[in-house]
Amino acid sequence: MSAPKTMFEKVWTAHEVVPETADTPAVIFIDLHLTHEVTTPQAFSLLRERRLRLRRPDLTLATMDHATPTRTEQVFGGAPITIDSAAKQIRQLEVNCAEFGVELLGLQDARRGIVHIIGPELGVTQPGKTIVCGDSHTSTHGAFGALAFGIGTTEVGHVLATQCLLQKKPKTFAIEVDGRLAAGVTPKDLILAIIGKVGVSGGTGHVFEYRGAAIRAMSMDERMTVCNMSIEAGARAGMIAPDETTYAYLADTPRAPQGAAWEAALARWRSLPSDPDATFDKTVHIDAATLEPMVTYGTNPGMVVAVSGHVPDRKGDPVFDAAMKYMGLNPGEPIGNAPVNVVFVGSCTNGRLSDLRAAARVLRGHKVASGVHMLVVPGSQEVKRLAEAEGLHEVFRAAGAEWRESGCSMCLGMNGDTVGRGQYSVSTSNRNFEGRQGVGARTLLASPETAAASAIRGRVTDPRELLS
Amino acid sequence: MTTAVIEPIVTIRSRTVVMPSINIDTDQLVPARFLTTTTKEGLGKALFADWRYDADGKPQPDFILNRPEAVGCRVLVAGRNIGCGSSREHAPWALVDYGFQAVISTEIADIFRNNSLKNGLLPVVVDETTHGWLLSNPGAEVEIDLASATLRIPGRAAVSFSIDPFARYCLMNGVDELGFLLSKDAAIKAYEAKRVA
Repeated sequence: MSAPKTMFEKVWTAHEVVPETADTPAVIFIDLHLTHEVTTPQAFSLLRERRLRLRRPDLTLATMDHATPTRTEQVFGGAPITIDSAAKQIRQLEVNCAEFGVELLGLQDARRGIVHIIGPELGVTQPGKTIVCGDSHTSTHGAFGALAFGIGTTEVGHVLATQCLLQKKPKTFAIEVDGRLAAGVTPKDLILAIIGKVGVSGGTGHVFEYRGAAIRAMSMDERMTVCNMSIEAGARAGMIAPDETTYAYLADTPRAPQGAAWEAALARWRSLPSDPDATFDKTVHIDAATLEPMVTYGTNPGMVVAVSGHVPDRKGDPVFDAAMKYMGLNPGEPIGNAPVNVVFVGSCTNGRLSDLRAAARVLRGHKVASGVHMLVVPGSQEVKRLAEAEGLHEVFRAAGAEWRESGCSMCLGMNGDTVGRGQYSVSTSNRNFEGRQGVGARTLLASPETAAASAIRGRVTDPRELLS
Repeated sequence: MTTAVIEPIVTIRSRTVVMPSINIDTDQLVPARFLTTTTKEGLGKALFADWRYDADGKPQPDFILNRPEAVGCRVLVAGRNIGCGSSREHAPWALVDYGFQAVISTEIADIFRNNSLKNGLLPVVVDETTHGWLLSNPGAEVEIDLASATLRIPGRAAVSFSIDPFARYCLMNGVDELGFLLSKDAAIKAYEAKRVA
């Protein structure tokens, strides 16, 4: 019998082209390379400079999401894209994909969307794969038991040219989530609580494995929300063991293995979960049942409180003091006092169909408070189509919210969708860093339910007040 | 192994610029609106843009990079956990374009550290005592010797720091990892041949 292994160790070992030595990192094979317009142009330039070809077009997929507009007239109507440099970047991706033979799900493709939404949707995200992308939220794909992590543009070039990366083996970190989430408490609340507990650098050098009853009870959409924000605790990757929920999700996707290949894949996937006696370098326990809806009050995702709670008082802590100054909040005040100017529902964290349903469930029959601008942006064109088929867009529009084409949108201020200076935004995205949503923007991260409830009341609101 | 493609680093001697802020994320290093570029060049102007310039684009006189003592400094001493957040390599591109050659902190985020090593920007993790001294002594003249992986500060004992030996080899010889990966073509082919699709 070999020593018990974690899921991470199994996936890592299976992808060692050359194992790590004292002098050199491991050469790791990459099964799926997802690419987008923002972090690839310099990598394609590198290929040209070195006269290299794309090694594995069959394992490379491109789409556009970050700098891409969400206004229908700019996506489909021929109206000019507002930001010239973004338009140029989009055109450059088209040129690069054509020249190097990359499959591109381009601006008007019905399969386009945020890269971390469409990988799972298409079924190219699968258990046991190594998946990389020039984006830190690549950790999302770990929800399927893949080893998925973000890389820089130089490494994007390495994967384009060799389908491999040089990597030092990270350590393992078990996040044990016992019990069940209470009604009205969501996976977003859970991951915010985890980041609050572990800290924004607590996962540095580690790969998370989320385990326990609360994780097993989650849908794939919910697991993706959790894995998505692993990087906000410093972990490059977060994994969840595949199970029947995973296989049922994949069985319905267009690019999952078929027939005998499906049966063979299932047999491989069932061997992936960590062995019962496997040990982790670190472990934390969280009791899901004690959690409440959470919201951030500061300028990193670890500065988090219950929506019904108060801004803590840590005067004298330089991070806290700087955050209070930037956010314009006061130590000790109820977070429910925070005004709301903008509400954003979307992003790779919470832009899937179930997230839109959750927001619509709260909004139905209500109006967005006067003075609040609410933007709902589906994570992919497929999410948009499905949401419209069940009338969710009508619920949002009736409430006074805007409904857009898919993209990263207001998660980061680079595509024309921004939050104004000094404005408060309750956002279902993943980062509340200074200026993330626009210069001087003040971001409070929350679940779709909390975002919708806050839009209705015009202040940060516990969604359970509206759902009961 | 392969020809030099980046400027080799052996020794860095410089006064320090100190930014004590904790968790300096890559959105601060380079705000997202500057990422719609298709080249690496010129990003030094975007470095710390939202801290460095006011709403009208004028330099904030109190921000350290706008002060005369920062001119010519090659070493940035930052608060704990610099480089967290986005994977954007534009962050080290901007630091290098501005003129930095090394970043010193007690913790450096994973992706930023990897990206830095690939661009001739040396990430140096030091103990809290050394870090505390550096934070309290902005403008100190330091010497970073890559061959021995030591940080020397006049009047203090030399401090060794840990660096991956392969990354050190690449930095000291100005070679990049791509050449090494390309040299593994036979191993990659063998792996591909036995790989289950």
